[in-house]
Amino acid sequence: MHYDASSCNGCDIEVLACLTPMYDIERFGIINTGNPKHADVLLITGSINEQNTPVVLNLYNQMPNPKVVCAIGICATSGGIFRECYNVRGGVDTLIPVDVYVPGCACRPEAIIDGVVKALSVLEQKRAAGPQQPFVPHPAVSGASHSGQHATPNH
Amino acid sequence: MHPTTPDAAGGPDLKWPTDGCDDQRARTVTSRFQEDGPLSPHRFEPEHLGFGNATKRLSVKLILFLLLFPLIPAVLLAITGHQGIRAIIVRLSAAAIAAASIYAAWLFLPMGAHFFEAGRLGVSMHLLDKAVFGAEMLVAAVLLLFCVRLKPIQWWIPLLIIVQAGMIAWCEMGGEVPESGLPLYFDQFSIIMALIIGIIGSLICVYAISYMEDYHHHHTEMKDGRKGFFFIFFLFLAAMFGVVFCNNLIWLYLCWEITTLSSFLLIGYSKTDEARANAFRALGMNLIGGLGFAFAIVYLVKWSPMHTIELSQVISAATSGDAGWHGAALIVAILISFAGLAKAAQMPFSSWLLGAMVAPTPVSALLHSSTMVKAGVFVIVKFAPVLMGSWAGYLLACVGGITFLMTSIIAITQSNAKRVLAYSTIANLGLIVMCAGVGTPAAVWAAIMLIIFHAVAKALLFLGVGTIEHRIGSRDIEDMGGLIVSRPFLGLVMVIGMLGMFLAPFGMLISKWACLEALSTISTFPPILAVILAYGSAPTLFFWAKWMGKVVSVPTSPLKIAGVIGKDESVVLFLLAVMTVLASGLFPLGAKGAVEPYIGAVYGQATALSAGNVTIMVIMLGLMVLLPLSFLGRRREVQLVSTYLAGANIEGNATFLGSIGAKQQVGNRNYYLAGFLSERKLSTASIILSIAAIVAMFVAVSARAGCL
Amino acid sequence: MTTKSIAMALGYVVLAPVIGGLLAGVDRVISARMQGRKGPPIMQPFFDVFKLLAKQYVTVNKFQSFYVAGFAIFTIVAGALFFAGGDLLLVIFALTVGGIFLVLGAYSANSPYSTIGADRELLQMMAYEPMVILAALGLFMVTKSFRVADILAFPKPLIEYLPAVFLGFLFILTIKFRKSPFDLSSSHHAHQELVRGLTTEFSGRALALIEVAHWYENVLLLGFVYLFVATNVWLGLAVCAAAYFLEVLIDNTYARLTWKPMVVWSWVVAGVFGVANIMVVHSLLK
Repeated sequence: MHYDASSCNGCDIEVLACLTPMYDIERFGIINTGNPKHADVLLITGSINEQNTPVVLNLYNQMPNPKVVCAIGICATSGGIFRECYNVRGGVDTLIPVDVYVPGCACRPEAIIDGVVKALSVLEQKRAAGPQQPFVPHPAVSGASHSGQHATPNH
Repeated sequence: MHPTTPDAAGGPDLKWPTDGCDDQRARTVTSRFQEDGPLSPHRFEPEHLGFGNATKRLSVKLILFLLLFPLIPAVLLAITGHQGIRAIIVRLSAAAIAAASIYAAWLFLPMGAHFFEAGRLGVSMHLLDKAVFGAEMLVAAVLLLFCVRLKPIQWWIPLLIIVQAGMIAWCEMGGEVPESGLPLYFDQFSIIMALIIGIIGSLICVYAISYMEDYHHHHTEMKDGRKGFFFIFFLFLAAMFGVVFCNNLIWLYLCWEITTLSSFLLIGYSKTDEARANAFRALGMNLIGGLGFAFAIVYLVKWSPMHTIELSQVISAATSGDAGWHGAALIVAILISFAGLAKAAQMPFSSWLLGAMVAPTPVSALLHSSTMVKAGVFVIVKFAPVLMGSWAGYLLACVGGITFLMTSIIAITQSNAKRVLAYSTIANLGLIVMCAGVGTPAAVWAAIMLIIFHAVAKALLFLGVGTIEHRIGSRDIEDMGGLIVSRPFLGLVMVIGMLGMFLAPFGMLISKWACLEALSTISTFPPILAVILAYGSAPTLFFWAKWMGKVVSVPTSPLKIAGVIGKDESVVLFLLAVMTVLASGLFPLGAKGAVEPYIGAVYGQATALSAGNVTIMVIMLGLMVLLPLSFLGRRREVQLVSTYLAGANIEGNATFLGSIGAKQQVGNRNYYLAGFLSERKLSTASIILSIAAIVAMFVAVSARAGCL
Repeated sequence: MTTKSIAMALGYVVLAPVIGGLLAGVDRVISARMQGRKGPPIMQPFFDVFKLLAKQYVTVNKFQSFYVAGFAIFTIVAGALFFAGGDLLLVIFALTVGGIFLVLGAYSANSPYSTIGADRELLQMMAYEPMVILAALGLFMVTKSFRVADILAFPKPLIEYLPAVFLGFLFILTIKFRKSPFDLSSSHHAHQELVRGLTTEFSGRALALIEVAHWYENVLLLGFVYLFVATNVWLGLAVCAAAYFLEVLIDNTYARLTWKPMVVWSWVVAGVFGVANIMVVHSLLK
């Protein structure tokens, strides 16, 4: 699943390009879905700010384990050139654990595919490792109460 | 379906004797109808079962009990004002009637068909006939009295009453009405109907106790007419028993008219302008049908060569081998079936049933889905042997088919629960008419099964909607969301009712399947009816599943539906739900015990659903019942997450962050296809088509009789 | 219940997921090639199902697994009944039951996407139901039996008598296979109009079960197609393969339509092709 946090759409278009015949990410058995419940890999472009914090948390919590997160582009990795802005929290890892970072502005489809394939091997490791602890966001993160996760998690 | 002999093709076109009914012929007629002759109605009785006089006396007593006993609580309730005493009387009487029906079924089903000689009734036939005639005039007078309130533009209603009464009076006064030696009877089909009336009708009466209490609690401005209400309820039950047990067509006509009167009075119960208008519309349309019935009696008395007033003899005339008699029987059959069409609210008469939904729910359940409208199709199914193979019968079936198709489609556009149920009732009755009009043994099997299952499931649904309406204050389907969680009992009851209406392996599906198989095997007519069934069953799927989905949807925020369901209501709902499931599971027994012997007796050939298919159906039903039970026991931990609202959920699944930062409520509404389907246009189209079919039907029957 | 029919039914229960999965894989590869891409390996659907089974099971409410179980069970029952040679109408009705279970599961989730997806799924069912019953009716008129065993035993290929019915059936097969232009309720691949529509709120093993049940259903549908050309096994299989290829071709060629054209066109096709063929057959075989 691909989510545009606050990207300028540059990286998004490159992600889209991965689906085209030129780069064809389906060779690896990957298709794009908009539904977090059906997704294994979360591609996030753009940096995290106050407005998209609860949304990212909600989508991340709807994804069933095991899941991996790829931060696509330098904005998602570390905040990019917007890092110092007053409204930007930073890269994706300020909110949720990231497995693969794909820097670039905008990063090329080849790099994205590279990153996703690397994420798949991380996914395999996670699957082999068995059930994980549920994700609890840092208490200092505002918007955590709107994460949308409720009821007892299973272990 | 495996009929052992092929169905009869249409009969040849014979000239009707133009010299009228001469004495020589009359004498021959009487002798052919002798007790032991080849056309004796006693031939329906199994000879090898030696039923002694004691059993016969008991059977007379039971039939008379069923016919007359409901009048006692009727009178008692008309004078009782106290709710507690009323409740006791209703419950006791209902239990008595139900018990009597079940006992009658247990006693009579093995006996096959039995006709009661007039002598056994203990009163002189002459006196009874005069009493019946007097009662008919009384009913006409009562109706005329109510018509005083009518606006002059509806002059046709009193006119119809006068014309009908006049026709009957003409017959009786002329003294030409033949003696009816066997005025009462029962056979397996009557017993099935009696069970429906006795059990389901009684249950609805019990339900009405606490429902009407609640009703007047909610509508304090309405006058409390419960004395009259329950009086008419029990009078109606007696009249319905009369319809199914009377062999004498004039007596049947009396009971028919009493049901019309009851319907008229009950629809207008709330005495609002709308209720009054709808009551008169119902009256008017039923009177149009009644005109057909009266005309049939006049024809039978004055002009038919058969010289009989008995239902059984009219039906036997069809299989007597005499084409003239078959034609005469066909005329009677078509005229009375026309009355049945009006009573069963087929197109073009459907608007009265829809208007009748203003009445309190027990009225809708009893009269307008389970019982009174069943009287309409009862007579048509009874005449099925006469209609079989004839063009008139086929066109009658087409009327049913047009009704079925169109009302199923219109039901999609309705969000008022009672209107959906009304349209669905009309559609299913259309299906029954289709089967009966075709008249082959397989089709009649399907028709009777449809009657049984529809009566149970529809009663359940109507009563469920009534209880829900009192709890949530709305009849709209869109307001019934989340019932399965907020009121699980009601939700489950509704789901069972709806499953029973359209899904395999429940009864209605079995009957619809049998209907499809029966309609496919007609060889003499084009398979238009099977095509209509194919097209018509698709919309039923849509609107039932839509409603079910609404009921099983888990509410996004906890719903609190206050109010305690009355004890009577919950017991009745529970019993009906259990009956729906049991009837579907036990239908092979019922089919073997009652339906197939009836068809064997009437048609002389056997018909049944193949044993392999029956087994599979029962297995599927078992699966359906076991599946939820198996999930009940499980205690697994599931990870619950929010629904997908693009990540903008605020409070769980109930609200989300919309544009400009505004908090929006999540609301889901079903498709009603309002822009695509227009209720008005579809109704108009079906009225035109059905009138055309009815006209064609009358033309066909006249041509058959040689009058053209 | 002969041993042959029981064996066929068991064979179906065991082999249909394998065949169905391969069909799904072939579908994806052919679609990819048509789009100029390479596409996933053929075994990809199996990898996907195993992956889904290994995922954590998240749901929206506690009823969903019940509905999915009902959907899967009745779809398998329908297919087993078909391959055992049972009554065709009963097969159709059992399939309907399964479909209703899935729809109810989507309704129970009560999210906008799943509700609209469920409504559209019901519209799809309403659209194809007449044609399916008319196809069964057509088969009955020629072979005088609704039983699959008798239909298969008919000496001549039924497509000779029912060409228009066959064409009509192929038309609504697009709806049943959930292919464009009629994939309104829940589409595969990347076409997301309602996110995932019907299956939006399902995940993990429920989703895997839905996927496998769809494979069972696809095999059953191809079996239905086979009925029309049943006299020669290889010809029949070839026709099934050709029909499947046709569906993939249509999927890649047409864009999605709205429900109005779907319902109208399905009913018109059923009327024109189905009814006309049946009337002709009826008058010929009187």
